[in-house]
Amino acid sequence: MRTAGIDAGSKFTKVIILNDNSILSMASILSGFDQEKSAKEALNNALEKIKVSSEEIKHITATGAGMEAISFADDTITTITANGRGANFLFPTARTVIDIGAEEGRVLRIDDQGKVKDFGINEKCAAGAGAFIEAMSRALEVDIDMMGVLSLRSTKKIPINAQCTIFAESEVVSLIHQKTAKEDIIRAVHDAIADRNTSMVRQLGIEKEIALIGGVARNTGFVNSMNRNLGFDLLVPKELVSPEYVTALGAALVARDKIGG
Amino acid sequence: MPDSESEKEYWRWTESRYTNPDTKWEAGDIISAGVDVGSVSTQAVVMVDSKIYCYASMRTGSDSPDSANNAIDWALEGTGLTLDKIEFAVGTGYGRVNVPFADRAITEIACHGRGANFIYGPEIRTVLDMGGQDCKAIRVDNRGKVTAFLMNDKCAAGTGRGMEVFADLLQVHINDVGEMSLKVEEEPEPVSSTCVVFAKSEAVGLLRKGWGKEKVLAAYCSAMAHRVVTLLLRLGIEEKFAITGGIAKNIGVVKRIEDELNINAPKPKIDPQLAGAIGAALFGKALVEKQRKKT
Repeated sequence: MRTAGIDAGSKFTKVIILNDNSILSMASILSGFDQEKSAKEALNNALEKIKVSSEEIKHITATGAGMEAISFADDTITTITANGRGANFLFPTARTVIDIGAEEGRVLRIDDQGKVKDFGINEKCAAGAGAFIEAMSRALEVDIDMMGVLSLRSTKKIPINAQCTIFAESEVVSLIHQKTAKEDIIRAVHDAIADRNTSMVRQLGIEKEIALIGGVARNTGFVNSMNRNLGFDLLVPKELVSPEYVTALGAALVARDKIGG
Repeated sequence: MPDSESEKEYWRWTESRYTNPDTKWEAGDIISAGVDVGSVSTQAVVMVDSKIYCYASMRTGSDSPDSANNAIDWALEGTGLTLDKIEFAVGTGYGRVNVPFADRAITEIACHGRGANFIYGPEIRTVLDMGGQDCKAIRVDNRGKVTAFLMNDKCAAGTGRGMEVFADLLQVHINDVGEMSLKVEEEPEPVSSTCVVFAKSEAVGLLRKGWGKEKVLAAYCSAMAHRVVTLLLRLGIEEKFAITGGIAKNIGVVKRIEDELNINAPKPKIDPQLAGAIGAALFGKALVEKQRKKT
């Protein structure tokens, strides 16, 4: 039985297509300003890859910041529900999930079924989200996909004092002027956003194991900073799907539950 | 966006200097100076017996001591007055401990209270200082002495820096933002994001929807006004109320603050961005008088 999950994120829209519990296809495109159009396009891309027509999809569940715009979805679920379900599928031992996207950060506690017990959200401030790293990569003139690798070459820990993204940008520019090594600045950027998210995790209470999902989890430098902060290694999706797809996967799994059988 | 356009610096507000033609420093008794090295702008004010003699207001560079030196040099330019004739100099602002020629450093909150008292008169009880990277709500007594304050210096929302980001985004010169934001027939809903980064992407969305620059600026100015009003309400407002700092010159924000509070703020006769430096210079004079009394 084929189902689809669509995660309409603030930056990217991701689609996962399942056949029962196995992943058949996935696709991701920039969300842009017309979220319904982007969702349709992402879904078509994912279908195209496996030569399956949209009629064969029995149920589509949408989630994410732009989910309300997707009129062709059969239903919608909250992002945290999708977070929990997707993370539980990949990591059944995880009891805490951290999801860091382009404009939001979330921490949730889940049970052994992936059901959400408690959660915390930051959606007010860019300092803990992907937008922070994006702004710093622009200031540093470093490709965002290179930020992780470069920060691993850092030899020195330096602080970034500003919390606000706008102020941190000026701080980074003055660090560049002072001829601070780019690698060290990039590590400091990751440490700063990791500090924000670690305190959000601590507020909710740490319960192991902890899974890290969302686009920012692709950044190895950030993962390193988080691991250092917490003193143990987070579970980061690798084999089945990349971390940014976990929420769409959760939605597709919920869609699978809905049609039963 | 063509390169020539993107290279224009819309955020760059006009730097200025001034000499009072009616004051002779040679005839003065106490010459004091105040230098306010802020995160975004630096002001140097020289006062002769509590009267403004000359000043300069310019962008803060990457180095605080240089910025302070540049500002005082520019203020003194062409006056014949030299640094060694200034009896007492006070540094204030974010970079106050890095003013090489200062005899004392005093916090900007104290200086803004004192400066607002000078600019707007002794009836002022609440001062809102909207600076480049922070925002302060200050309560003062009839001598400009601070009795209470609240401050936001963690977040760019509600600061001049946030407004600069918007000036650049919309390619509207920062000096014109306020005026332009008032050219709307109907006041739009304020942008919903507090965070400047998110407000920026929200504004891009509104522009794509076909909103004009005026309307987007109106939505941002009113969000900014709302943000600082919450700070004021937390402190509690006692009239009269006045605004200092660079944003005090942005009529779009000032008018929306007045409307939300239903209070009028007096229009300044002196550049309200000078309040900190004026307060510092006045403290300088008071300290000289104190010293003289002792001897």
